Amino acid sequence: MKQLLSPGGGTQPTKFTLCLMFAAVLLLPFATDALLGRGWVRIMDFAMLYIMLALGLNIVVGYAGLLDLGYIAFFAVGAYCYALTGSPHLALAFPLLFPDGLHLSFWLVVPLAALLAGGFGVLLGAPTLRLRGDYLAIVTLGFGEIIRIFMNNLNAPINLTNGPQGISRIDPISMAGVSLNATQEIFGIVLPSVHLYFYLFLGFAALVVFVSQRLEKSRIGRAWMAIREDEIAASSMGINTRNLKLLAFAMGAMFGGVSGTLFAGFQGFVSPESFSLMESIMVLCMVVLGGMGNIYGVILGGLLLALLPEVLRHSVVPLQQALFGKTLIDPESLRMLLFGTALIVVMLYRPAGIWPSRVRRRELETDEAAEIV
Amino acid sequence: MEIFLQQIINGLVQGSVYALVALGYTMVYGILGLINFAHGEVVMVGAMLALSALTALIGWDVSPLLALPLSLILAMAGCMALGYGIERVAYRPLRHAPRLAPLITAIGVSIVLQNLAMMIWGREYHAFPQLINNQPHHIGGAIINDIQIIIVIMAVMIMTGLMLVVHRTRLGRAMRAVAENQHAAQLMGVDINRVISITFMLGSALAAIAGLMVSANYGLAHYYMGFMLGLKAFTAAVLGGIGNLRGAMLGGLLLGLIESLGAGYIGDLTGGFLGSQYQDVFAFFVLIAVLVFRPSGLLGERLAERA
Repeated sequence: MKQLLSPGGGTQPTKFTLCLMFAAVLLLPFATDALLGRGWVRIMDFAMLYIMLALGLNIVVGYAGLLDLGYIAFFAVGAYCYALTGSPHLALAFPLLFPDGLHLSFWLVVPLAALLAGGFGVLLGAPTLRLRGDYLAIVTLGFGEIIRIFMNNLNAPINLTNGPQGISRIDPISMAGVSLNATQEIFGIVLPSVHLYFYLFLGFAALVVFVSQRLEKSRIGRAWMAIREDEIAASSMGINTRNLKLLAFAMGAMFGGVSGTLFAGFQGFVSPESFSLMESIMVLCMVVLGGMGNIYGVILGGLLLALLPEVLRHSVVPLQQALFGKTLIDPESLRMLLFGTALIVVMLYRPAGIWPSRVRRRELETDEAAEIV
Repeated sequence: MEIFLQQIINGLVQGSVYALVALGYTMVYGILGLINFAHGEVVMVGAMLALSALTALIGWDVSPLLALPLSLILAMAGCMALGYGIERVAYRPLRHAPRLAPLITAIGVSIVLQNLAMMIWGREYHAFPQLINNQPHHIGGAIINDIQIIIVIMAVMIMTGLMLVVHRTRLGRAMRAVAENQHAAQLMGVDINRVISITFMLGSALAAIAGLMVSANYGLAHYYMGFMLGLKAFTAAVLGGIGNLRGAMLGGLLLGLIESLGAGYIGDLTGGFLGSQYQDVFAFFVLIAVLVFRPSGLLGERLAERA
């Protein structure tokens, strides 16, 4: 009965283990700094960003079962939103209106970016979501490329995006007047910039986890899962499938947009290069490999795949140098090759992912049982 | 006026290529109800194989008139094997799985193909060897060259041939039967797996021809060329009505025309605000517009709606 009361869920850790995990995560930047060096703390920061993205995409792919192949476009919308409003760049485009650019506060831009990304999501989803899921996949794939084409070319005649060079000198994020771009000291503990950003991202990621969890157990979440499993059955139960699919899509887009603003503030620089199709695929891999629909699985997938390129970079090149005396396969294409293979293999042999959600697994098991009968 | 005529010619040539690729999408969709995402990459592999074979044959002093068909046959054979393999590995085991599963494996296949191609042929653009004396012809101020004429003629011939196969032969009847109702076809003694495999191989052979045409027309081949081409050919298939062979041809030609006229005139229309670098954007807006106003496409009989 308890199983039935908590749909989705997956294998749920107890309160105690959660507290332990929380403490461990709080100490993580210090441990990483001491053991591996500061560069790895930065990598951890990016991993947190990827986890946020993966959790956002999980709402679309995992809960509602819609394949979004251009998810990074919403991330790009958020990133450019903050890049334009939080840097001197607008002075180039509109010198009369904004003589030194528009320097909006980061905290003002976050809801703006969420709205804008969500709006794009609705614009894109409205025509496609009443059709079969495959169309959404293709349209989002196209949208991801189109956004990049616009970002690359909107530097003339009005220099809006600065083209392929990207926008730099974006204001760092500051909290209560304290800039996160400088080392700060709180209660005698020295916190370098990367640590501060880690905690900021951790806070945002925790928020996303919380929202996802509440959504999953809500009426909306159950409706999404019903749509995912059988759209016709769901709509005959009185679920407005189109609106709910649109909601899932827009919500995922909003999370993407917010992550984008964080990315822009953290990097201080954005360019179209960061938003290629491969990034969308990478986030999709995190969701699929980790376990569609299970928050813990997605976090695990995000963490593993965000760290994998770094591990490869540090192992593949020296290994090849030692074995063959030269680099035959560069780590970047090896990574993509591994991702592609992993997508196929996981779908064939473990379709619910490494750490599947309980509901998903049960469904797949009953499917198999039904097929044998 | 000359510009207009030139854009029409360019559009028709490009459109013939789109039509050939779109046929591959539409045949698979008609039979399996599945979008074969990896199809664009098959086109790329076809182009690369043909190019490698050509370069090798020319290197052995084979006459260009013999080398061209030989390398085309080689590329077609390679792509047919590839198409067969893709279906066996990525789609057949998942035929009864949830809808999302084959879409995800398809993405996996295209990434693997793209990166393998990059490892084999490198990141650089490959120049297509100049084989025939590419004579330009002047028609009312516009220029069409020999390669472009050959492309259009070949495309028309291949499409006619395909229509004959599908509508006049035993195999074609089996294909139509499987598309109509798999179970009923099976009960009538049609070997479904064989028909599906052959469909994939046919589509891949067309993709190889299209790949050779594109690289001959632009004089270039590249490991990333399949992505945009696949996206546009899919748009063409949807525009004509996915699952419908005539629709794919019509959609391909129309999309080629829209794109080339659009890119030619967008600068004038927007007062120089947008330029021809937005050429790739047209296909996308065509796709959205079709999905909004006529999701079944121009010639689609069935409504595309089937959740």
